[in-house]
Amino acid sequence: MAQILTAGTPAPEFSLNVTPDQKLSLSEMRGRPVILAFYPADWSPVCGDQMALYNEILPEFQKHGAELLGISVDGVWCHGAFAKDRHLHFPLMADFEPKGAVARAYAAYREEEGTSERALFVIDKNGVIVWSYCSPVAVNPGADGILRALEELAK
Amino acid sequence: MSKLSVPVGSEDHRQGDLDAAFTLVEYGDYECPSCGQAYPIVKRLQKHFGKRLLFVFRNFPLGQMHPHAESAAETAEFAGSHDKFWEMHDLLYENQDRLGDRLLEELTQKIHLDPAQLRDALEKGEFQPRVRADFAGGVRSGVNGTPTFFIDGIRHDGPYDFDTLVDAIEQASTSE
Repeated sequence: MAQILTAGTPAPEFSLNVTPDQKLSLSEMRGRPVILAFYPADWSPVCGDQMALYNEILPEFQKHGAELLGISVDGVWCHGAFAKDRHLHFPLMADFEPKGAVARAYAAYREEEGTSERALFVIDKNGVIVWSYCSPVAVNPGADGILRALEELAK
Repeated sequence: MSKLSVPVGSEDHRQGDLDAAFTLVEYGDYECPSCGQAYPIVKRLQKHFGKRLLFVFRNFPLGQMHPHAESAAETAEFAGSHDKFWEMHDLLYENQDRLGDRLLEELTQKIHLDPAQLRDALEKGEFQPRVRADFAGGVRSGVNGTPTFFIDGIRHDGPYDFDTLVDAIEQASTSE
């Protein structure tokens, strides 16, 4: 597994498409915590799906005023179809061109597979990483670590 | 390694003794097909381990994905308030392919409870806090989909076929 960026590192800035004609930058989120969830690909099996789980947990994240961003190397049209099918209520970012550039910036890219790791980052309101975790690709990391990090931030 | 953050206690729906040798906790969703597949496996595990196993079921309805999961969970809790939780739990999984409002009322009648009372409870969200509390506790424990099993308080990552679970439960006992 990759040694992903760790707590204390300023989160690398990025600007990616969330829809075919709309971009979103990390710096736009300044002032509130951001959860950046890298995952390998859209369309993984339904019940164990990490993004579908986060969709259910979204209200818990929002209690902390946090913004959740999903990110994978899939393109915008793929993300659009996936988000629609799973009724996702948070943005999916397309790390598509140049492929995996943002994943690389966070040291969370898997060269061999050409996808990102299953890596989680919690970024504080000033844009600094306060917690990160890289899960084995086959294991959905759940949300307990994210919630603990958000609770720490609130202290 | 994710650990159960809410210990098993008297509030839980349990099958077996609190001081049994092993504890298996399932976070499940009544509409989730994988939970439906796990249902007979858990039954076999209970038969296999007998009195040595304590089984606990907690609610983890994925309501965005499964439109009937929340009402099914509340229906099981409604039955639970009349000491009939497990009867409803089993019937829900055994009839999972027909899950819907009509089935919930039909099953309520089948276990000799009042469907009008159920309707009322669902409308008022009487059992919603209980289901939400299970869900929130599950999230804190690292539940990462359904079903998620905890064996003696540690999340079981991996397949949940009968043989794997038997091995995992036996291993948990030797590592203690």
